[in-house]
Amino acid sequence: MAGSSFDSRRRFLNEAGRFASAAGLAAAWPALVRAQGKPTTVGFLYTGVRQDYGWNQAHTVAARQIGKLSGVKVLEQENVPETAEAEKVMESMIRLDGARVLFPTSFGYWPFILKIARRYPEVLFVHAGGLWKEGDPANTIGYRGYMEEPHYLCGIAAGRMSKTGKIGFIGAKPLYFIFNNCNGFVLGARSVNPKATCQVVITGDWNNPVKEAEAVNSMVDQGVDVIVGNCDSPKVVIETAERRGVYSCGYHTDLSALAPKGFLTGAEWNWGKGAEFVRAWQTKGSYPNLLRGGFKRDMVKLSPFGKAVPQAVRAEVLKARQAFADDSLALYHGPLRDNEGNMVLTAGQRIDNEDNKYKLGVKFLVEGAIGKTGLAR
Amino acid sequence: MRARVETALITAGALALAFALFGLFLLANRLNPLEVYAILWLGGFGTSFSLQATLTQAAPLMLTALCVAIPARAGLLVIGGEGALVAGGVCAVLAGVAAAGLPAAVGTALVCAAGAAAGGAWIAMAGALKHLRGVNETISTLLLNYIAIALLNHLVSGPIRDHAVSLKVTSWSIPQPYMVDAIPGIGVHWGLALGVLACLAAYVLLRYSVPGFAIAVLGGNARAAQLVGLPIGRLTLLACGLGGAAAGLAGAVEIVAVHGAASGSLVVGFGYAGILVAFLARQNPLAIVFFAFLVGGISASGGLMQRRFDMPDAATQVLQGMIFLCVLGSNALYGRVRMFRVARAGA
Repeated sequence: MAGSSFDSRRRFLNEAGRFASAAGLAAAWPALVRAQGKPTTVGFLYTGVRQDYGWNQAHTVAARQIGKLSGVKVLEQENVPETAEAEKVMESMIRLDGARVLFPTSFGYWPFILKIARRYPEVLFVHAGGLWKEGDPANTIGYRGYMEEPHYLCGIAAGRMSKTGKIGFIGAKPLYFIFNNCNGFVLGARSVNPKATCQVVITGDWNNPVKEAEAVNSMVDQGVDVIVGNCDSPKVVIETAERRGVYSCGYHTDLSALAPKGFLTGAEWNWGKGAEFVRAWQTKGSYPNLLRGGFKRDMVKLSPFGKAVPQAVRAEVLKARQAFADDSLALYHGPLRDNEGNMVLTAGQRIDNEDNKYKLGVKFLVEGAIGKTGLAR
Repeated sequence: MRARVETALITAGALALAFALFGLFLLANRLNPLEVYAILWLGGFGTSFSLQATLTQAAPLMLTALCVAIPARAGLLVIGGEGALVAGGVCAVLAGVAAAGLPAAVGTALVCAAGAAAGGAWIAMAGALKHLRGVNETISTLLLNYIAIALLNHLVSGPIRDHAVSLKVTSWSIPQPYMVDAIPGIGVHWGLALGVLACLAAYVLLRYSVPGFAIAVLGGNARAAQLVGLPIGRLTLLACGLGGAAAGLAGAVEIVAVHGAASGSLVVGFGYAGILVAFLARQNPLAIVFFAFLVGGISASGGLMQRRFDMPDAATQVLQGMIFLCVLGSNALYGRVRMFRVARAGA
């Protein structure tokens, strides 16, 4: 029983990887022909298990995509703690496996990457998280998608599908990107239903299934009927929502299988973008050291729609996605108030979607969000 | 002399059997055992880098194995190395934070001493329960492991948590100057030297000192020891305290040489692997040095085996478990192999 579900999950991941990599392969063909010969070994390090319905699984999808590139061999190691052990595992991959590109996928690996990157100039270190700054080694990359954009799209679906006009957001930590995601979700919902409100709960932990389930239950008791969870693995959030008969949106990776009835859509990373760094390293091409972006730079994705979502809503969501892609829609634009009544942006003010400085400094929840950031003011 | 050959041969036989059984396990998983063993060799011993990783793993194992071997001399089966290591690590951090501002060497020594004292006290508790109330020391030390880990989790997620580190639940860090570097030239931290020294010291103490002899008498026959007037209680506490101190020191070394702060990263099974090492070494402190190296190598190669064969992380633990069972089983062979039996009768 356990074995068969493992198999089907793995098969599912393979399929997902194959689908997503087809487009990338076609574009990269000329570079790949040159890179033939000795395969480039690419190593992935995960903090947990690969099939976690969350952060690690999103990276596993990318690993499958990158493994499909010709001239590339992918090696993976699970359960690597964010300690000196991570340094040892990276060095082991370099020295024993001959890895030339490493994807240490957890946020907490960054200090250990900085410790060894200069010692191994022949290796490219690609870190999931935009921590790279001027002066850091040239053979390191930080990359991260603007998840607030797909959250905005989830918000549109939520705003249209909610019968009560009450939606819910469960966040792990009081951090800027969680606030951005929450704001995206609320702004999206209110773009189609200006009366919609969103309950916000910050659990304080990346991984606390008990609190997450409690939050879902209490929200549903208060009439909330669409929920999204921003934690390491939103599996429990989505399953609990499904059991309570309400809608849910995914986070990190495609979680539609968890809620066959109530899944609307979800915000996904496109870590497969890392394939471009691998190709650049193989062909001695250029690469950015810091890459942040949303739909415009193909850094984020939208999960497939659940069957509950009618055609008209799908079209509306996809239209907004296109608007992000061609930059005609700005997530933050005036007039905008926070949920304490302060004017954040006046009419006509528009924050560029790639204004990292602004987005990294977001410490407020927008009007319509019910809850506190949990930060001291 | 013959007895030593007997020990060596039986242990080697048990190891060979364990590897053969693990080979069957690999075959059942459609893997070629020879390929896997080649990778195990490469990852544990095959390159200078692998040796470094192995020695780094071996260092704490030597100390946690002593936590089994020293009380074993007094006839006690202590399996609380994991808890003593955790207690040592936590108290090392507390001492380091409390005593900030001392000269680096003094600070480091103080941190290590605090770790050893805490580990010693932890296992001595079980010794005291054994002597005063007759509580089985195996059960009490096993349960103390869970208590130590629960205390660690409580402390690092509340009272001593460093809230500046938001992505990880971890305690305050000890002052940077108290951290120690690697031993120059071999790239392994000083815990290795401490481990070897502790094993040597334990060997000398147990074989060539009066308290060591008294402990051995106690282990041989507690009633006889009592009849000749040995202080049973004090000897029990001494054996437990020294063993616990070794494991506590292992915890302190993890702090000063690796982590700098207490967190769940301390609980990685060094205490339990130490039990395996002590039994492989038949509780002989000198043999512990060698077997810590062997078991350290098996652990160090785990990641490489996982990557090359897509095996689960737990595969190396299956191998360790098989080794443990085979070695325990082989104890039944002592005195039953004919070629040694003759020699015994002669001696």
